[in-house]
Amino acid sequence: MTNKELLIIKNLVTHFYTYRGTVKALDGVNLTVGKKEIVGLVGETGSGKSVTALSILRLIDPPGKIISGEVIFEGRDLLKLSEEEIRMVRGKEISMIFQEPTLALNPVLTVGFQLQESIETRNVPRKEAEELALDMLERVGLPDPKRMFKSYPHELSGGMAQREIIAMALVMKPKLLIADEPTSSLDVTVQAQILGLIEKLVEDIGASILYITHDLGVAAEVCNKIAVMYTGNVVEFGDIHTIFEEPLHPYTQGLLNAIPKLGRDLYTIRGEVPDLVDPPSGCKFHPRCSQARDICSKVKPQNVEVKKGHFVACHLFN
Amino acid sequence: MSSEELMAKVENLKKYFPVRGGIFQRVLGYVKAIDGISFGIRRNEIFGLVGETGCGKTTLGRVILRLIEPTAGKIYFEGSEITSLNRKQIRKMRQSMQIIFQDPYSSLHPRKMIKEIVGEPLKIHFFLKDSEIKERVLETLYAVGLSEEHMYRYPHEFSGGQRQRIAIARALILKPKFLVLDEPTSALDVSVQARVLKLLQDLQREFSLTYLFITHNMSVIEYMSDRVAVMYLGKIVEMAPREELFVNTLHPYTISLFSAIPVPDPEVRRRRIVLKGEVPSPFNPPAGCRFNTRCPLTQPMCKEVEPELSEIGENHFVACHYQEKSKVMMEEIPVSER
Repeated sequence: MTNKELLIIKNLVTHFYTYRGTVKALDGVNLTVGKKEIVGLVGETGSGKSVTALSILRLIDPPGKIISGEVIFEGRDLLKLSEEEIRMVRGKEISMIFQEPTLALNPVLTVGFQLQESIETRNVPRKEAEELALDMLERVGLPDPKRMFKSYPHELSGGMAQREIIAMALVMKPKLLIADEPTSSLDVTVQAQILGLIEKLVEDIGASILYITHDLGVAAEVCNKIAVMYTGNVVEFGDIHTIFEEPLHPYTQGLLNAIPKLGRDLYTIRGEVPDLVDPPSGCKFHPRCSQARDICSKVKPQNVEVKKGHFVACHLFN
Repeated sequence: MSSEELMAKVENLKKYFPVRGGIFQRVLGYVKAIDGISFGIRRNEIFGLVGETGCGKTTLGRVILRLIEPTAGKIYFEGSEITSLNRKQIRKMRQSMQIIFQDPYSSLHPRKMIKEIVGEPLKIHFFLKDSEIKERVLETLYAVGLSEEHMYRYPHEFSGGQRQRIAIARALILKPKFLVLDEPTSALDVSVQARVLKLLQDLQREFSLTYLFITHNMSVIEYMSDRVAVMYLGKIVEMAPREELFVNTLHPYTISLFSAIPVPDPEVRRRRIVLKGEVPSPFNPPAGCRFNTRCPLTQPMCKEVEPELSEIGENHFVACHYQEKSKVMMEEIPVSER
C-alpha cells in the first residue's frame, strides 16, 4: 500500500438473512479512495451503494451481517476494531450524510443542541463546543446562526436542514466523508448550492469523499473517479473521463446511453435487475447483456486492470 | 390559432387553497397554487410543464381535468367549456381525458388483480360483459408491453417500471385523447425510465394522443416535448417551442434553472449560476415579479410591477421586465468559476 490511499475495500461481502432467503447485497466489493479524492459510487436502486457505505462504518444491523472482506482505513482494518474503537472512527475520522435531511435530525431537539452534542461526544469542553458549533453554522451558510442555533428542525427547509447535517458531519474535520445521495430530495437550484458548499468545505479541510448517487449528471460534476455498481459488485472503476468517454463494461455503456438526450435514440437495457436472493450464475449482468457469451453464464468475471487505474469486471476484457 | 386545433385550453386559471386557523377555523389567507395561467395545448402535441417543488405544476395538471375545482378562470376541452359542467357531464368527458401519477407504488390498489385494476374504468363507464372486458384488458396490456400471464397477479409482484406500465394501461383502456402525465418516470431508475419514455412516445404516435407532460427533469422534458412552459410560484414565466426554449432561453429563472442542472459529461464545465435562497412560500408570494427575491438582475421596478407574459418572438412568451436584455445581462454577471 502506498500512502496515497485513504480507504481500501477488498472483497467485501454483506448478506441479509430474510424469510425469503439470503439476500447477497454485497458480493465482493473492491474499491479504493485516495487522499483528497472524490469517488462517485453510482448504480441503480438495489445495486448495493448504500449497503457499501453502511458496511464501511459497520452500521449494518441484523438481519444483515458483514460476512467477509477487509475495509482498510489508514492502514487499519475497520472490521477488526472493537466496538469502542469503531465508535471513535465514526463521526471523527469518517462521517456520513444521508439522503433525507429532515429525517436525519431529531425533531424535538434544537439544531444547535444537536450540533453541539456531536462535538461534545468527542470530549470537547462545552464552551468551546458552542463556539465551534456557531462558527460551523456560519460556515455552511445558514442565515443568522445565533437564531438558527435555537430553532427546531421543522422550522428549516430541506436545503437548510441539509446544511445543518453537513455542519454536523464536517465539524470534527473527518478525513473521509460518505455522502449518500445528499441532494436527491432537493430541487435543482438548491442542489447546485449544496454541491458547491460540500466541495468548498471538503477542500478546506482536505478530506476525501465517497459520493453515492444514482444521478450520473451529479457524478460528472462533482467526482474525480467513478465506481459503477451492479448487484453487489463494482463492475467498472476508473477516472471520471475514462468512465464517461471510454466506458468498457456493457452495463456502464447501457446506463450512460439510457439518459434521455436530444437527437439520439434512447438506448434501453433489456430485462430487470435480478433478485439478489437468487442471482444469475456467472456474471450477474449476463441475462441483460447484449454481448453475453457462453462463459458469461458460467464464470464470474475477475476485476481486470485494462489500463492504469481503469478496472473492469467483464469477460470481454479478460 | 383557432380553437379547433386545440385539445385543451385554459384562460386566466386560478386555484387558491384557503389556509384556516384559530378556534373558529377562520380563513387566514390563501396559498396561491395557480395564479392566473393561460395557455393552449394543440392536438397530438406533447406539452411539457417544468418547475421546482411547490410551483403549482401538479395542481395545474389536476385542475385541467377538474380533479380539483378551479377558483377562477375557464377550461376548454376540444373547443367546449368544461368549467361549468356538472358531475355527470364531467364524468362523460373523463373518458377522453386521463391521468398517470408519479408513484406507481401508491396509485395501484394492492388487493386487486391487474385485470380488475385495468378493467375498472370500463366497468365505470360502460356496461360490458366480462368476456368483453377481459378482451379489452388483454389488448391494452399487450399495447404497453405486458402479457396475459400478468392479468391474474397483484401489484406487489411487479417492479416499478412494470407498475407504471399497468398505470398506463389503466389510463389507455378508455381510448382517451388527452393524457396528463404527472412525473411518470421520477420514481424510476434511469434504465427503466428510458423504457417507459420510449413506450410513452410509441403510444402517443400509435393512438395519436395529446400529452401534458409534467416533470422537474430537464433532460426528460427536452427529449419528450414539442413545446415547454416553465412555472415559478403559480405563474408561467416562459413558454416556447422546445428548440427555441433551449437555444434562446430568455427568462433569468429559466437560464439559472438550466445552468443548475448537472450534465452527465465531465468535459462540460459550465458557468453555473447559483441562485440565492429557496423558492418563497406561495402563501405569501413576493410583490411585483415573483422571482425578484432570487433574481440576479432585480431592479427597483421588479419589486413593484408584475411583468405580463408577452409574446416576444414567434410562439415565444416571456414574463420579465428585462426580456430583451436579460440574456446579455445574465452572461455578464460574475459567477464563481469551478
